[in-house]
Amino acid sequence: MKPARVAGRVMATRKDESLIGQRLLILRLTDWNGYESGDELVAVDAVGSGAGEFVFFVESRDASVALSSNPPVDAAIVGIIDGVALTEEPDGMDVYR
Amino acid sequence: MKFARVIGTVVATQKDDGISHRKMLLIQPISSQLNPTGDTHVAIDAVGAGFDEIVLFASGSSARQTVTTKDTPCDCVIMAIVDLIEIDGNIVYDKSKQVL
Amino acid sequence: MFIAKVIGHVWATQKSRGLEGKKLLLVSRLKISDSKIALSRETLMAVCDKIDAGPGDYVLILDEGGSARSILEDKTAPVRTIVVGIVDQVECGSRIFEMRDGILEERGTR
Repeated sequence: MKPARVAGRVMATRKDESLIGQRLLILRLTDWNGYESGDELVAVDAVGSGAGEFVFFVESRDASVALSSNPPVDAAIVGIIDGVALTEEPDGMDVYR
Repeated sequence: MKFARVIGTVVATQKDDGISHRKMLLIQPISSQLNPTGDTHVAIDAVGAGFDEIVLFASGSSARQTVTTKDTPCDCVIMAIVDLIEIDGNIVYDKSKQVL
Repeated sequence: MFIAKVIGHVWATQKSRGLEGKKLLLVSRLKISDSKIALSRETLMAVCDKIDAGPGDYVLILDEGGSARSILEDKTAPVRTIVVGIVDQVECGSRIFEMRDGILEERGTR
């Protein structure tokens, strides 16, 4: 699961039947501190998130199990982040040498 | 999913039985600002998309989750035709306002 | 599977039903070579269910959705990365490392 910021939405009338009634949102990928990497993708919303929210999403086949209709999606928002606590930064430092 | 523009069709007479009678389209991935990004893909069309339309495609094993692609050798499927893109509160694409 | 260090956690009230009641840990994979052990620069989020892992712990991570769902006994959990154990000891070549209370120490050779 990866963090992202909700940047926008997509409307599509013609879509796979299993996606009827589902929201498609544009995500900007971030790190766990919320800094955007510049990459973006579209994800189906399984939790009711909104514009600007800090969320996490799953990719690949695991995204399609987030919804009971098992739609053909490769990204799904599965949680809205309330907070992140990092006890150390993953800076590539040696833990033992 | 990523955005893409349909830039052509692909015809292949000899192909795996699993994808016979499936429409294959050539798509160019684009950013949400509609700029081309990355390599073109061949996708199976599950929604009836046409030339120059902006679509959404899904990749990987998720691509086999449509009725059209169930149990087929397919790793990229067009699963929606985009009507409107709104990003940061601005509408960057509205299909109904496009000049044909 | 791979070994990672728990470096944080995420809290989220509103989440997919398959994630309810599960801990969401942030982990960093260990890069193990003959001469050193280092953390990767990447942070991954892993679901943690029955295992009592927390910051500082060295854990065993499984990174495949189907297996993760079978561990959670929930075919509808949108999960890929899951904590499957806490690592106590690793033998690497002839060296033995112990991981206790979040500290990694060499405990001699075999």
